[in-house]
Amino acid sequence: MSLTLTDIGRIAKLARLELDGPHSERMLGQLNGFFDIVEQMNAVDTTGVEPLAHPTAVIDHVSLRLRPDVASEPNNREANQKSAPAVERGLFLVPRVIE
Amino acid sequence: MNQQVKKEASLLVHGYEVVIGFETHAQLATKSKIFSRAPIAFGAEPNTQACAVDLALPGTLPVMNREAVAHAIRLGLALGSHIAEQSVFARKNYFYPDLPKGYQISQFEIPVVQGGEVSFLLGDEKKTVRLVRAHLEEDAGKSLHEEFHGMSGIDLNRAGTPLLEIVTEPDMRSTAEAVAYAKELHKIVTWIGICDGNMQEGSFRCDANVSVRKPGAPLGTRREIKNLNSFKFMQQAIDYEIRWQIEQIEDGHAIQQATVLFNPDSGETRAMRSKEDAADYRYFPDPDLPPLVVSREWVEQVRADMPELPRQMAQRLVSDYGLPEYDAATLTQSPAMAAYFETAAKTSGQAKLVSNWIMGEVSRRLNAEEKDIADSPVSASQLATLIARIADGTVSNNAAKQVMDVLWSDESSQVDSIIEAKGLKQMNDSCALEAIVDEVMTANSPMVEQFRAGKDKAFNALVGLVMKASKGKANPQQVNDVLKQKLQ
Amino acid sequence: MSDIHQLGVADLAAAIAAKQTSAVEAAHHLLTRAQQHASLGAYLAFNEEATLAQARAADARIAAGERGPLLGVPLAHKDIFVTTDFPTTAGSRMLLGYQSPFNATVVQRLADAGAVTLGKLNCDEFAMGSGNDNSAYAPAHNPWDKQRVPGGSSGGSAAAVAARLVPAATGTDTGGSIRQPASFTGITGIKPTYGRCSRYGMVAFASSLDQAGPMARSAADCALLLSAMAGPDIDRDSTSLDHSAEDYSLALSQPREGASATQPLKGLRIGLPAEFFGAGCAPDVLAAVRAALAEYEKLGATLVDISLPRTELSIPVYYIIAPAEASSNLSRFDGVKFGHRAAQYDDLADMYQKTRSEGFGPEVQRRIMIGTYVLSHGYYDAYYLKAQQIRRLIAQDFQQAFTQCDVIAGPVAPTVAWKIGEKSEDPLANYLADVYTLSTSLAGLPGMSVPAGFGAGRMPVGLQLVGNYFKEGELLRTAHAFQQATDWHLKRPEGF
Repeated sequence: MSLTLTDIGRIAKLARLELDGPHSERMLGQLNGFFDIVEQMNAVDTTGVEPLAHPTAVIDHVSLRLRPDVASEPNNREANQKSAPAVERGLFLVPRVIE
Repeated sequence: MNQQVKKEASLLVHGYEVVIGFETHAQLATKSKIFSRAPIAFGAEPNTQACAVDLALPGTLPVMNREAVAHAIRLGLALGSHIAEQSVFARKNYFYPDLPKGYQISQFEIPVVQGGEVSFLLGDEKKTVRLVRAHLEEDAGKSLHEEFHGMSGIDLNRAGTPLLEIVTEPDMRSTAEAVAYAKELHKIVTWIGICDGNMQEGSFRCDANVSVRKPGAPLGTRREIKNLNSFKFMQQAIDYEIRWQIEQIEDGHAIQQATVLFNPDSGETRAMRSKEDAADYRYFPDPDLPPLVVSREWVEQVRADMPELPRQMAQRLVSDYGLPEYDAATLTQSPAMAAYFETAAKTSGQAKLVSNWIMGEVSRRLNAEEKDIADSPVSASQLATLIARIADGTVSNNAAKQVMDVLWSDESSQVDSIIEAKGLKQMNDSCALEAIVDEVMTANSPMVEQFRAGKDKAFNALVGLVMKASKGKANPQQVNDVLKQKLQ
Repeated sequence: MSDIHQLGVADLAAAIAAKQTSAVEAAHHLLTRAQQHASLGAYLAFNEEATLAQARAADARIAAGERGPLLGVPLAHKDIFVTTDFPTTAGSRMLLGYQSPFNATVVQRLADAGAVTLGKLNCDEFAMGSGNDNSAYAPAHNPWDKQRVPGGSSGGSAAAVAARLVPAATGTDTGGSIRQPASFTGITGIKPTYGRCSRYGMVAFASSLDQAGPMARSAADCALLLSAMAGPDIDRDSTSLDHSAEDYSLALSQPREGASATQPLKGLRIGLPAEFFGAGCAPDVLAAVRAALAEYEKLGATLVDISLPRTELSIPVYYIIAPAEASSNLSRFDGVKFGHRAAQYDDLADMYQKTRSEGFGPEVQRRIMIGTYVLSHGYYDAYYLKAQQIRRLIAQDFQQAFTQCDVIAGPVAPTVAWKIGEKSEDPLANYLADVYTLSTSLAGLPGMSVPAGFGAGRMPVGLQLVGNYFKEGELLRTAHAFQQATDWHLKRPEGF
């Protein structure tokens, strides 16, 4: 199977990327080139193989560490918003959100 | 059988069967966020409670709050659910300004709480709604739509607040049943202390999936009413939605699946524009979070510390105190009310009388002042003393109400001193009473004659006169006895 | 002292402790030297004031009699680690001028150990690349031949250490980003077991693969840094492993059982995967690697033939998993809370698209597209899930191999460093060149690159050593023994 420009458009929209004509064309070629080498994965029989999400789980069981319920973060708004593009009265400003 | 058919038929709306399922977001009562150490408090200055992790600043990572998991276990135990030994956190990817990471950490394929049910009384009928699951996830921030020269302001204080999303099967068949379910669930989560239940502040938000169909037909297309934050709106919104869907179908329009919002002002529901494009959330297990493991030992520890649940307690009140089902159900509306009852019942030894007073005199006053029983000016032990005085004949029921008035307004006051001060003690001294009765009989000999002539009404009139003469202190029962005796 | 820049970590620490020089003098000297060689494109940011303040503090600690292996030693950090004293860009226009309110755990630990930060080092945008030519700012150059790439993504770190601009630097390795640049520039670098070093404060690329590690001029110096960098970060990183930090320098001096002065590696079994020595690898690289292996035999090691049958597959598997995670990790760059926001836009959706298209470079956009696609509805099972399944098979292959050997050896990359621009129009060619480093990353195993000689154009060639989980100590010891017997790691580029 190989991707089409329509797919590229759909994926770009999902990823919030803006690709003009030439960019889409190039992207299409590069992605299809990549997915050609992906084909070899189909040859591998993975029936009953558990996906490996956390590498060291292959040798021993990894489980989530839980922290005590303590609120210890001080208000650090000024420093946290230092690199914000648009702030007013402590709020991040964005183009109108329509619900 | 016939009865059954009637019941079913009575539920149909214009010949349509209503099908409702619920998704409820219960904000978990924790001190810190689910994945960060930032505090949780409603109404703080914008973005003062959003730490680097909550803002998704580059390089930050989530670390799970143990108490949020414990709360999930508590709910699972309360609803008889299976608590997964291992569950997985996944990323739900979508772009929205109030979602700082561009994905929400939630549970998708393997939630921590699986199955279970919520049972409640709808009128005199016992209903049971099955749960699909309850999963842990983080809340998003808020978009403020007030004018910022054409822009929206984003406050991320709420981002990362722990939520438990509780999902039911589409088991409900009427608005009334849906609201009753929501009220029962609300009662349970507050009862076991995992959620403060404050609906105005959004601590308990319900989404209702509503569809209609002809009886026996396959499920209709559903529309999801989002963020119902009061039982009143819930009722109005679902009723409106049902009528709207039936009208659409009757007019030959097909229902389109949609997410809708209820507008309390117009009383109508309308589709959300922002959710138009069919979402592709690209769920995948969050690589920042290994699987959540809940040991059997932990579950048993939590179980050991669980409070007695409302239904269990109601049954116990019936068996231990011989209360009617109705009384028991009413008294187990909240742990505070149940505790109030038990204290008063134990000390006074008059369970039914206490129950009557709580459901009557106490509730009436509380409602009038919009107070919770926890803040009742009259303590359970004060009520117990008062009830004991009624029981031992010291005061009449009416006199007791006067005592209650004083207790209510002056918390420092004492039952017995009030009875003394207001001279409300019943006259139980028979000689004194006989004297009064004799006076009344001589002063009203015609009435006595009428009675002897067979006019029973005259008897009640005489009782009234004696009570009056005793300034209400006479014990009505005693007056009856003495009069009867003397009239023979 | 005039040749401060020629001293490695251990020697410089000793010189400072012996008052032959000072932290301040060392910092001064190296900052000046960095300016002189600015054309290498190794550094992205300096903050002389902050650097000298750190240096003075270190000198004060020394004056007070304190001693420590890193006390007063100048270091520099890959610009993927967030820092409060320096801006952090991750090599991306998206984060131009970004100021982090906190330090990465690794940065903080090295600072606490008394190391002095000289600045931030160039890298491929969001650590995506193998030539450092994906940096949004400037390509970094290989000091052995300025026309060539230093490797990537930790190219600035490699160039700076090789050019003697700094005795050691931090790097990160997701699919080979420490090992390959180390190999290309003739220095020593180690990627520890996944989870050994905290990821807190590392701008995330692929969460289940990213791992920090040191890059220096010897295994001994790497050991000094890693001892300070590693260890659990219980409070901040749920994937940091609960294995207490080790003193890796100690491991170097601990002789193997049955070792002798002439044969320090007696009994060590080195596995050679057939798949690493095939036609895919350039002859000049193979020659250097085989010569190094012959040296290992002299040191008492025995060579064992093994197989890692799914080596080829690691390319598609890695380039599905890493972009999938990256596409999600990079969603936070939306122009709302920090970083770049487009100057003009019609509405919210338009702001997102313009901001991200302007802020991300071509390779990053490519990977976001791949990642978004393989996670999207209807393709998840065929791509992402399948890749994670094969990932387990690859990890199991290694466990199988480690029943036959103690460490695995082979080339780091199929060729020596290529010419800048040579592959930039052909992303796939870059992916294929990662074939020997990806499987180790997918399995989360520790791996390193050790200078092993020179290939075509007298460009350095690295020997890759891969150990089993938590065997960083053994890896470093194996590399150290080699560096005691050879002087490849001491060779330095002309003019540096």
